[in-house]
Amino acid sequence: MAIPKVCGIETEYGISVPGGDGNPITASSLLVNAYATEAERRTDWDFEDETPANDARGFTKEGALAPIVETHLANTVLTNGARYYVDHAHPEYSSPECADPLTLVLYDKAGEEVLRRSMRAAAHLYPGTPPVVVYKNNSDGKGNSYGCHENYLVDRAVPFVKVAAAVVPHFVTRQIYTGSGKVGAETPTLDKAGVTFQISQRAEFFEEVIGLETTLKRPIVNTRDEPHADPRRFRRLHVIIGDANLSEVATFLKAGTTALVLAMVEDGLAPPRDLTPADPVRALHEVSTDLTLRRPFTMADGSTATALAVQWELYTAARKYADHHGLSVLGGDEVGERVLGRWEAVLHGLEQDPSTLAGQLDWVAKRRVVEAYRERHGCDWGDSRLFALDLQYHDLRPERSLYARLGMERLVDDAAVAAAVTTPPADTRAWFRGQCLARWPEAVVTANWDSLVFDLGTDPLRRVPMMDPLRGTAAHTAALLDASATPAQLLERLSA
Amino acid sequence: MPERELKRKSAPARTESEVVEETPATSERGEKIKAELDDLMDEIDEVLEDNAEEFVRNYVQKGGQ
Repeated sequence: MAIPKVCGIETEYGISVPGGDGNPITASSLLVNAYATEAERRTDWDFEDETPANDARGFTKEGALAPIVETHLANTVLTNGARYYVDHAHPEYSSPECADPLTLVLYDKAGEEVLRRSMRAAAHLYPGTPPVVVYKNNSDGKGNSYGCHENYLVDRAVPFVKVAAAVVPHFVTRQIYTGSGKVGAETPTLDKAGVTFQISQRAEFFEEVIGLETTLKRPIVNTRDEPHADPRRFRRLHVIIGDANLSEVATFLKAGTTALVLAMVEDGLAPPRDLTPADPVRALHEVSTDLTLRRPFTMADGSTATALAVQWELYTAARKYADHHGLSVLGGDEVGERVLGRWEAVLHGLEQDPSTLAGQLDWVAKRRVVEAYRERHGCDWGDSRLFALDLQYHDLRPERSLYARLGMERLVDDAAVAAAVTTPPADTRAWFRGQCLARWPEAVVTANWDSLVFDLGTDPLRRVPMMDPLRGTAAHTAALLDASATPAQLLERLSA
Repeated sequence: MPERELKRKSAPARTESEVVEETPATSERGEKIKAELDDLMDEIDEVLEDNAEEFVRNYVQKGGQ
């Protein structure tokens, strides 16, 4: 039976340091440490008197001494339950566990805000050092890619092969609304000369259907089995194929549709026919490079289908599923119906005229800007300015971000995002993690996804396991936390 | 540039059967979109990194996950 689709999203951000020494690990550590230092010094972030533009002017100084950064890799857990650290020479923000896809959007956006505050904190703490600039994208245009991974809670009782078979058609085709768009191509996989613009940033980096790798020969379905929860009851499906989205609609659909596809497998409800492409990797690349959305690929059963057709079949099956089973596993009927409604509307839009979705989807928005710029300046496709536009779409600095200028549809508001930077979601174990860190930062010596370790000064270290992502919510623990004046009292009550 | 031509260029995907009849309403909408895009292009000219070639060349990342 389907279990609640607790989900999370982790993003490796691109960084650049104009005028710096070019060590990305140093630059990434600088951001994370600066954020941790500023956040610690001021428990309440107050940016009322700081405007991003003013701070940004401080960023333009170049050429001074580099600050001394701790030699160990920065790694910190935030009071909103997220993890913020340095991974593979990128700053990475892993969202807290979220009980529904809209909350996931909120905490993904909170992650962007953490990175923006990190840039400002670094400029403030180390004036005169070359600024670190952060990009929320997935490739440098030169064949190097970095990821944006999603995670979904899945019932351990469902055989993994079934899960894998169900998600392959979805992962090959969902890019038509989750793609972030890219000028050109950059791997030997694609005919570079023939590709001017493609739908997905990540698609061309995928070479296998299924496997354990994440950094080379990347597979469409990643088999990492690390549940960060009770392994007898749960899996965590680790999805590595997604593009990092700035569009809130894209992130919402990415998580919402994938959660629905997984719920259908758990309840043994499959679409009426096998939607697997004959060659999923090839189909993935074909879909990414077909801006008409009309070129069919070959299916395993010998028929042909377009990405849109496969998505319509998945949508129709999900609609039926919702009518029979309800949508409580998506975090409730209301948010679940929003996923279905938007899924349907976006597929209609893509079918009629994709350009009508320029206010909703990243690849459509970026393509419109790039085409208009070409028109105005008469650029060829190899023109550096087009690649610069592509990069700047993802620039997180408000005064430089092209995305920020497009006024795209919002699903969450700025006040909620600001609150989510410091406050955990109330309806998962992230609540307990974040609250303990906020209340007793000196007593929590280690915070992991599935445990907290307390040092009370006298006793041996005390470990509190959190093996169920849906326990440790505000409903479970708020009264307990409020009644505990000290961590010792909390632990006493927990063991009582 | 005439609006129709701009439209065709920005949406090469459109097939013949889908070409919409030009009515006052759609051309008004088209004009509005074009005006917004023009404003946006003015802004972009201002914020685009000064030396695009150098900026793009220097944007090199270590591969991640």
